[in-house]
Amino acid sequence: MSSLAVRSLIACLLVLLAGCGRGDDGREVIRFWAMGREGEVVAQLIPEFERLNPGIRVQIQQIPFISAHEKLLTAFAGDATPDVSQLGSSWVAEMVALGALEPLDARLRSSPAIDPRDYFDGPMRGNVVEGRTWGVPWYADTRLLFYRSDLLRAAGFSAPPANWAEWLRAMRAIKARAAPGDYAILLPINEYEPLLALALQQRDPLLRDGDRYGNFRSPGFTRASDFYFGLFREGLAPPLSNTQISNVHDEFARGRFVFYISGPWQIGEFQRRLPPERQGDWMTAPLPGPNGPGASIAGGSSLVIFARSAHKDAAWRLIEYLSRPDVQLRFFEASGDLPARRSVWRAPILARDRYAAAFRDQLERAVPPPAVPEWERIGQQMRIVGERTVAGQITPAAFRATLDADTDRILERHRWMLARAGAER
Amino acid sequence: MRSRSLAGWVFAGPALIMLGLFFFVPVLLAFALSLTNFDLYSLADFGNTRFVGFANYAELVRTPLFWNALGNTFYFVIAGVPLSIGLSLGAAMLLNGGIGRLAGTFRTALFAPVVTTLVAVAVIWRYLLHTRYGMINYGLEAIGLDPVDWLGDPRSAMPAIILFAVWKNFGYNMVILLAGLQTIPTDLYEAARIDGANGWQRFVHVTLPALGPMLLLVGVLTIAGYFQLFAEPYVMTQGGPTESTVSVLYFMYDQGFKWWNLGFASAVAFALFLIMIVFTLVQYRIARARGMV
Repeated sequence: MSSLAVRSLIACLLVLLAGCGRGDDGREVIRFWAMGREGEVVAQLIPEFERLNPGIRVQIQQIPFISAHEKLLTAFAGDATPDVSQLGSSWVAEMVALGALEPLDARLRSSPAIDPRDYFDGPMRGNVVEGRTWGVPWYADTRLLFYRSDLLRAAGFSAPPANWAEWLRAMRAIKARAAPGDYAILLPINEYEPLLALALQQRDPLLRDGDRYGNFRSPGFTRASDFYFGLFREGLAPPLSNTQISNVHDEFARGRFVFYISGPWQIGEFQRRLPPERQGDWMTAPLPGPNGPGASIAGGSSLVIFARSAHKDAAWRLIEYLSRPDVQLRFFEASGDLPARRSVWRAPILARDRYAAAFRDQLERAVPPPAVPEWERIGQQMRIVGERTVAGQITPAAFRATLDADTDRILERHRWMLARAGAER
Repeated sequence: MRSRSLAGWVFAGPALIMLGLFFFVPVLLAFALSLTNFDLYSLADFGNTRFVGFANYAELVRTPLFWNALGNTFYFVIAGVPLSIGLSLGAAMLLNGGIGRLAGTFRTALFAPVVTTLVAVAVIWRYLLHTRYGMINYGLEAIGLDPVDWLGDPRSAMPAIILFAVWKNFGYNMVILLAGLQTIPTDLYEAARIDGANGWQRFVHVTLPALGPMLLLVGVLTIAGYFQLFAEPYVMTQGGPTESTVSVLYFMYDQGFKWWNLGFASAVAFALFLIMIVFTLVQYRIARARGMV
């Protein structure tokens, strides 16, 4: 039964070995890792790059998203990292801690193709760790409200809520006239992102003392988590996980919930999966904040160069090419991934997209989560303890105290590293 | 005499070297690793690694998720192993006895799950277990029971995993036990029948004692296998809902390969190793006391 892990490891190593060859036609070969759907789509963009750069050949390795993180770490351990790779923005800090990445500040300063000011602030900041820039945002990702406009209107609201008070009022009105078993909002309890988005709207940072300790008992996180758990306590949100909801799109079409917090990939899913007669009844809206439009999570993927690459200049040429506004637009058309550059959004296809407009707005208020290598683990802990809180096993106050204690333990090594670095200086 | 023992060593040598190289050395290294804080930062620079003694084990004992994983694993073993062996024995006896010419067909059919790909059949089982459209709930509703949210409800997720694992694995033990049943001489049964033993008495006093060594083997193998529960929850539930299907091995996988805490993950592996050794020894003790081996 445990052989699965072993087998996937071996498969990974074989893939790496296969990727190590040099071009036999004299061209410089750069190895490019891309994940999931992006890996399929980007292959269409490579021929033009190779035409523009006759001396370079790009070898794309498509990595399934679900195992990408493990493969990157294994590749680093096995000294087999690619030259250039797509990297989830939440993994940047971890790769930097490993010393796996090449800083890009100097290249960014002198690049004619990439203007950092053209990028949305949040996704760009997500690539800055320890004062240096390690990646260029490839596409941006954030979470906001998907909602049933017809049901919201039926509850007496002509526009989506802009702040928490309005939002709560709308949800209560919806619940009051909903059939039993129907709810106002779906917040799958096996996702921590909705709570994280609400927490990032607050002024208090999630970690304190230079990212050394958890800061989950701060007034800001208390406000956000009380609001979040209150939705379950009031019966506005069902205490269900994603695996319990057989099909989010069917349930949304049936009106079992009106609000749903999700990301840009959901636009295409809704267009494909909702029945035609429902297509006029849904819309996207920026995430409401405590007092007016609020922040959300800055996510997405970046393009990075690995420190051990022997082809850094060629790799940078590829990044410059993929960052070109016209290439970004083609990438959007093929994948639906939202461009991270503002100028691309002026293209008619994006400017006229009624569902994407809210994302354009939200990306201006996207905040990256703390840039510590341990963040993913802290997020998972937020999910695990959060599930127990929704189930009523512990109180929201105990949730915050537990999360602080768990985070302090998770960050113990991080503190040790910081102390050591401080002592050396 | 000396040359005979030399010949013995020469013959056993290659196997011993392989065993030493690929089993004892890695086990010792893993134990050494479990005494360090090897993690992501060690991967960056081995100089960041520190010897921490048994701190990982102390930390393990203090981690609620580990106890939860251990509890889940025991649940799986205690419920799954008897169910699996019972089913294997039942199926083997049916194949050995009653069904005559169809035995070959049934033997193949019942063994088939063992040779199928786990991931592929897990996908099919996910359909079967589906809350709203699954065949299993369809059957439950047909006999007037409420549908069960198999993989979504923390109370039913582990039973669903057990059901799946037992279905997937019982054929293997069935074949071993079938071979054992076929070695029992029929005159023993005849003698028992002449003495007036009924079916149940023949089963308890002839079949079970004759199968003793086989059952011990099957028991040891199955318990060892079931303790290493991993792929089923990995494919079906990813450890959820509310960590109700996180096994010890799944916990170790997360720690080792997701978070790269290899020191801590090695400690988990060793803890599981010790538990399994204790279980196997206890089994042998019981078997020996009853004269099964």
